Amino acid sequence: MPLSREDVEHIALLARLHLTAEEKERYREQLSNILDHISKLQELDTSSVQPMSSVVVEQSRLREDVAGPAMPREDLLRNAPDAADGQFRVPPVLDTSP
Amino acid sequence: MSELHSLNVASALKGLRSGAFSSRELTAAYLQRIEQLNPRLNVFLYVAADSALKAATAADKKLSKSRKTKAKLPPLLGLPIAIKDVLTVAGIPATAGSRILEGFVPSYNATSVQRLLDAGAVILGKTNTDEFAMGSSTENSAYGVVRNPWDEERVPGGSSGGSAAAVAAGLAPVALGTDTGGSVRQPAALCGLTGLKTTYGRVSRYGLIAFGSSLDTVGILARSAQDAAILLNVMAGYDPLDATTLESKAPKVKLDGKATVKGLKIGVPKEYFIEGVQAEVAKGVREAIAHLEGLGAQVREISLPHTEYALPVYYIIAPAEASANLARFDGVRYGLRVEDQNLIDMFSRTRGQGFGPEVKRRLMIGTYALSAGYYDAYYGQAQKVRTLIRRDFEQAFEQVDLIAAPATPSTAFRIGAHTGNPLEMYLEDVFTLPASLAGVPGLSLPAGFDHQGLPLSLQLLGPHFSEERLLQVGHAYQQITDWHTMLPMDLLKA
Repeated sequence: MPLSREDVEHIALLARLHLTAEEKERYREQLSNILDHISKLQELDTSSVQPMSSVVVEQSRLREDVAGPAMPREDLLRNAPDAADGQFRVPPVLDTSP
Repeated sequence: MSELHSLNVASALKGLRSGAFSSRELTAAYLQRIEQLNPRLNVFLYVAADSALKAATAADKKLSKSRKTKAKLPPLLGLPIAIKDVLTVAGIPATAGSRILEGFVPSYNATSVQRLLDAGAVILGKTNTDEFAMGSSTENSAYGVVRNPWDEERVPGGSSGGSAAAVAAGLAPVALGTDTGGSVRQPAALCGLTGLKTTYGRVSRYGLIAFGSSLDTVGILARSAQDAAILLNVMAGYDPLDATTLESKAPKVKLDGKATVKGLKIGVPKEYFIEGVQAEVAKGVREAIAHLEGLGAQVREISLPHTEYALPVYYIIAPAEASANLARFDGVRYGLRVEDQNLIDMFSRTRGQGFGPEVKRRLMIGTYALSAGYYDAYYGQAQKVRTLIRRDFEQAFEQVDLIAAPATPSTAFRIGAHTGNPLEMYLEDVFTLPASLAGVPGLSLPAGFDHQGLPLSLQLLGPHFSEERLLQVGHAYQQITDWHTMLPMDLLKA
């Protein structure tokens, strides 16, 4: 199923990926080919099959709900591109223009 | 005594214990070889020379003391090891082969790494990988392709290509890799190594930079099944930091030499001998199976009827999980940030510049497969077909103890051979993807060479938590063959 340029732009927006015009065209073509291959799955009748939602063969165990030691804040902030006052700093979330 | 850098783990540990050489000598020998060959092979992204020599010196003190007091020593004391750069090591940069993590220095150890350190291992450095472990050749690394030690014009496989090339070229005696769709077994096959993919849940994933969380496993690239067993015993088992690890399922693997091959039922799936498999690859597998038959195994043909659907299932589920896991790389907490006016544009610019082409491609596929209106047709259907693939294995393991098959359709391919066509590259993993989807363990074993001198490989697959059986059979095979002892001669002379 061929994707349109609008499809690609919509997916890129959802994935938070800024793409160049050249990338959009390349991905339109490549994703169409890959989806075409993937559509092979539609030939199987799975109406009576349960989806595999867990890989673990045994029941997972629950742990006690007790707080443990956390990583030191300064260790975590050290890797941040921008941090101040013990917090991560980011550009405005809301449009602040009048 | 053979050259230090060509020792396997078992003999290196023996030499360290006896005092034949010190950990410092052994570590220095590897560091020197890395300095000499890394510019050619591009195996290491980071070499931790200073901390490695310091750890080696500390190990030597304990070793020499124990020779007097006969004190019990940690199992890997003084052993140098390489770590794939998708596992965190505290204080050492972690890139996952991506520009988006450039400059990131984690403050904690992955559990697998922590257990190696607790056992006394010395970390040499971090090895190159396809970006976020997405690839089959290491050509997707943002830091350049790794060269196959057997032929430097060819890929080492991927995504653990750096770890595989490190062990094959004698830059480390053993290395950790990760296997999500074949990323340990395939590079092991292409580099002539023993590669163990563990059962999902056997080794903790804590500190593994997540790609596909229902598929990711930690694995080992080694010179022998025995070496792989030594490392597995140190790393396996319950970890409170990974809820999928199971306490009850980590017995120690014992390779006692009294191999259990006699009477073992081995199934050969007809779906793995299809058109497109190189004749020499299929022949190599048949010959290896004949060796196992010679050891008393009963071999029969079996069927895994949904094998052909593994590729489409994988290329929905893995990218879907990746699209969620890689959402965290947004320019806020670590790595690259590309500034823009508002938050969303900053996210998109950072991700657009920070991720390479294959990662972006998979994030797009995964996002699409999970998006409104397509979820049932893609992700939902893939999860159902995944059940059918697992059922294939369950039914097979009611009839046989192990499965023997090729690990890859071809020997190591040339750099650039598939880079223009993503689907062609994905097909390199057709024989490793099904076991990943089923969550079962697998082992690649060196099985000879093709007419160009490139390694051939046998892949063994077993039921969940059957690592001991896999390694026993691998060990028995390596008692009657010597393929695993071969090293690339050109590099040895280097």
